[in-house]
Amino acid sequence: MTSLTGTTRLIRFILRRDRVRLSVWVLAIALSVLGSVASFAETYPTAADRQTRAEVLDNPAGQLFIGPGYGSDNYTYGAMTANEMLPLAAVAVALMSIFLVVRHTRAEEENERAELVRAAPVGRLAPLTATLTVAVGAQLGLAALLTIGLPASLEGLSTTGSLAFSTALAGVGVVFAGLAAVAAQLTVAARGAIGIASMAVGGAYLVRSVGDMNDTALKWVSPFGWATEMRAYVDERWWPFLLSVALAAGAVAVAVAINRQRDVGFGIIAERPGPPRAARALGSPFGLALRLQRATLSWWGVSFFVLGLLYGGIAQEAASLYEDIDALEDYLVRIGAADPADQYLALTASVSALMAAGYVIQSVLRARSEEAALRAEPMLATPVGRHRWLGSHLMMALGGSIVLLLAFGLGTGIARVISTGDAGELPRLIGAALAYAPALWVFGGLAAALFGLVPREAAAAWGVLAVIAFIGFLGPILQLPDWSYDLSPLEHVPTLPVADFSVAPELVLTAVAAALVGLGLVAFRRRDLQT
Amino acid sequence: MAAAISISNLIKSFGRTRALDGLDLTVQGGEVHGYVGPNGAGKTTTIRILLGLLRGDEGHAELLGGDPWNDAVALHRRLAYVPGDVNLWPNLTGGEIIDLFARLRGGVDRARRDDLLQRFDLDPTKKGRTYSKGNRQKVALIAGLASDAELLILDEPTSGLDPLMEVVFRDCIQEVKAEGRTVLLSSHVLAEVEALCDRISIIRLGRVVETGSLAELRHLTRTTITAEVAKPATGLAELPGIHNLQTEDGRISFDVDTGRLEDTVSHLAGLGVRALTSHPPTLEELLLRHYGDEPAQAQEAVAEGSS
Repeated sequence: MTSLTGTTRLIRFILRRDRVRLSVWVLAIALSVLGSVASFAETYPTAADRQTRAEVLDNPAGQLFIGPGYGSDNYTYGAMTANEMLPLAAVAVALMSIFLVVRHTRAEEENERAELVRAAPVGRLAPLTATLTVAVGAQLGLAALLTIGLPASLEGLSTTGSLAFSTALAGVGVVFAGLAAVAAQLTVAARGAIGIASMAVGGAYLVRSVGDMNDTALKWVSPFGWATEMRAYVDERWWPFLLSVALAAGAVAVAVAINRQRDVGFGIIAERPGPPRAARALGSPFGLALRLQRATLSWWGVSFFVLGLLYGGIAQEAASLYEDIDALEDYLVRIGAADPADQYLALTASVSALMAAGYVIQSVLRARSEEAALRAEPMLATPVGRHRWLGSHLMMALGGSIVLLLAFGLGTGIARVISTGDAGELPRLIGAALAYAPALWVFGGLAAALFGLVPREAAAAWGVLAVIAFIGFLGPILQLPDWSYDLSPLEHVPTLPVADFSVAPELVLTAVAAALVGLGLVAFRRRDLQT
Repeated sequence: MAAAISISNLIKSFGRTRALDGLDLTVQGGEVHGYVGPNGAGKTTTIRILLGLLRGDEGHAELLGGDPWNDAVALHRRLAYVPGDVNLWPNLTGGEIIDLFARLRGGVDRARRDDLLQRFDLDPTKKGRTYSKGNRQKVALIAGLASDAELLILDEPTSGLDPLMEVVFRDCIQEVKAEGRTVLLSSHVLAEVEALCDRISIIRLGRVVETGSLAELRHLTRTTITAEVAKPATGLAELPGIHNLQTEDGRISFDVDTGRLEDTVSHLAGLGVRALTSHPPTLEELLLRHYGDEPAQAQEAVAEGSS
């Protein structure tokens, strides 16, 4: 088959290029799962503890964010692992597949490197085949690590159950590798392909959740459902994996059929011509920054609004369950006799603020990608100063953070107004969300300062966010010292609506953010442009 | 007219690589100045310093009477720049990008813009990601030429253009020149430099090694002479200033230093000349002489940040 000529060589080439990236993905997912599972023993030492945990999760909210709850009546460590680790790990695995596949197919075509490769004695289908081989290989590697690692991490995890868990994950990964391969055939832009495939992940996750909440056949429509339906550690069933394999094979067949027909560099969705003249708004550095980032911001905004609606909608139910649990009642008393629904809403506000920090960092680092791609250079050769140029991107980042918080507050507020009938909930919850704005600006300031001082290492801002998220989620489990929590800007925000608003911490956070932004601007003004 | 660009003893290093090593360059107002040299000689680095994108380590650089680093914004109102490596925003159309740059420089001259679009035969409705290399270059060129800036800085602006577009480009530069505006044209296309430039600077290993009009540069170098002679070409090799002498069946060819032309011609006369052609050195030959004879050293000059 000449259309596959060169596949082996390309596989080695992909592994060479991605040896760090791929290892980080696989190890990060494996270690997060194994680390969390290992902590179960300490957090839930007795069967009674685990049973309490099962009760907390056995409700629609639990089924939305966790799994369907197989084995809830006898919540062993195994049942816990499958229920609480599998759905989120499956999302991570799906994203790993999407990024890997699009990066080595559509992205290569978009930046015209694919032409170079295809001009060599390399078959028409070789790049796609090599990419999918690596993607499947990565899933198998991860599955092997987990199959061996899970029983070793926690006593009581059976080998059979661990194999089912790993197989379920690999099934999801393989399905989305196939779907990403199809998406990569459709658009000319790699970002478009990633967008389509990510929407498939979000849609499939939502379908699975809704299916589990109402226990309908809908869960069988989603690859995530097939994973949880393997009932790892509880009552293993292997045939749902065949559904994953079948869908993956079908998707690959479609991708191959399109790939065989189409021209290199072109997609099925044709690029439409755009406006021959610029709109009035596109005439300033900010106009450009807005134009470049508005699509991203809109997607984030819509997601935050929907997330707010969901959290707000289930707050009452989630809170009433917390109330029934003795272990948690102590906790509620300790942090103040607040309304349990408020407790829940305060928690969700801080979690979404952490996600919004991701937007802020990504948005600031857009300046870096503009610089590295040599697109900053012609801009800065016009009468646009360094401060004005960088400031435009910062405005998108810092202003965008307000938009996201507003969208989230609006979502929770509207949902609460509907469920409680109290119109006062809306301004209260918008306020609770907006209280996080200064903390988000600190993240933006950090990214800006790194951009100014060490542009080539500016992506380290992601590392800081990762550490903060790690401490936030696993700190209580790992019993980290109190000061480690204080590293996070989010920790200093008054936890509205539980706590009272206080101005002082907000002012301090704003001042820190301003200082970091100032540092970034000054440092950028003083340095050479760097590619 | 005062100098539009005046650089003296400029030094710029990237880590351990010295990209500019005591560079001197003067561009007079109103002239089209060719800036030629091999890849990695430091052309782009020079331009980036003039644009205030990089800061020189030592030496002096002045642009339109101002400091390129400190007065960047004010100076950029008076110049237009066309980069050699054109990267467009993938989701903006060519027309949008041209308008954006025009507005950043003060406003869109629609008639001029539409005229240039037509002359360069560019479709302004295509997205940045779908343009070919040549068309990306056209977008940048039109954005630069649509302005009425008093100084144009063009970094290899015709790489990727086809010969037809190359002619359009030359016409445009002639018009700019007729309007009395100044152009710094970094280029590899020597025919283009010969046709357009009033003066030329040759850069090598981060230093300007030669500068002047083409006629002045020719004067400094050698003329190529080919002749058919009746007698054996004795004594010619011993004359001072003769290079690359080749003899074959009464046909001789050699290069001679321009200052030694007179002696050489009188010697030739004694040999019984049947046919004689001579031509002044082309720019290509000038360049080969300046940086072709020491390739190993030239390769060391491949500097980061310049292309």
